[in-house]
Amino acid sequence: MNWRRASIAGLFVIPVLGLFIYGLSHDPHDIPSPLPGKPAPTFALEVFAPGQPPLGRPIGDTVRLAELRGQVVVLNFWASWCLACRDEHVTLSEVARHYADKPVHFVGSLYQDTPNNGRQWIAEMGGQSYPSVQDPHTRTAIDYGLYGVPETFIIGPDGLIAHKITGPASARAVARIVDSLLASGTPGKGAP
Amino acid sequence: MSAAAAIIVGVAANVRSQTPTSTSARGVPGDSALEARTSAVASQLRCPVCQGLSIQDSPSELAQQMRSLVRDQLAAGRSPDEVRAYFISKYGEWILLAPAPHGFNLLAYALPVLAIVCGGLVIVVAVRRWTAGSTEAS
Repeated sequence: MNWRRASIAGLFVIPVLGLFIYGLSHDPHDIPSPLPGKPAPTFALEVFAPGQPPLGRPIGDTVRLAELRGQVVVLNFWASWCLACRDEHVTLSEVARHYADKPVHFVGSLYQDTPNNGRQWIAEMGGQSYPSVQDPHTRTAIDYGLYGVPETFIIGPDGLIAHKITGPASARAVARIVDSLLASGTPGKGAP
Repeated sequence: MSAAAAIIVGVAANVRSQTPTSTSARGVPGDSALEARTSAVASQLRCPVCQGLSIQDSPSELAQQMRSLVRDQLAAGRSPDEVRAYFISKYGEWILLAPAPHGFNLLAYALPVLAIVCGGLVIVVAVRRWTAGSTEAS
């Protein structure tokens, strides 16, 4: 065995293997968002689907993030053409009802879809407890660094983005984050 | 994952659900200088729902809306650096098609050069040995 040659070969092969292992052990779809811990981008969006009492808001009403300061805001981006959004729809509606008497505000934001399609989808899914708003030209979605749906942002009472959930949100994850924000009052960097 | 590593493993994001349709009419160019600046910035920004395409080249609806936002921000007086900084603040450095040349990202620039230099050296050494061997044999 020529140890000198083996050492030289190892010098080149080991770093390349290291890079492959690093690359293959990371999910390329999991793109870390720089937003958690930073102030939530403001928005003022018009309601197209009213939701249900006691969480509902009239169609045409404007949901302004600035007016929700001091509350936990759960902002969910969804679309009627998104299959994964079906998985979380009932869950989010139920979790929103659970927090109906707490300072927690759920808002759905339609992503690259028409209000008619959105309303029809909500009816097919058996309703939605909280209101949904439309996002013309996807500007709010881009402001939140969206690259697909569903994505859910949980904003603390201090106006900072506490957490981003990529993909269908589970009741347990949402409740854990919301509970921690309600308990702490002034959330910090964000839930794990 | 850093942008450099993303380049090395040849990946680009392909998300859970992307866009309902893949085509959308581009905006009508107004000011050609503004269009040129928009294209220059848009060419550097990654389309979030594509495989390695810029928002300039992608026909996806999201890319077109991002491009329109680039144009609006430039028209509003923001500099190209400020527009890039806006997208980086939303998506991270991942949004840049070419990683910023600092820190770990430097590997993406240094490794190809290093590979070419090392490959060249190996070829030179191998050719010298072969020619030396054939000279001795003759």
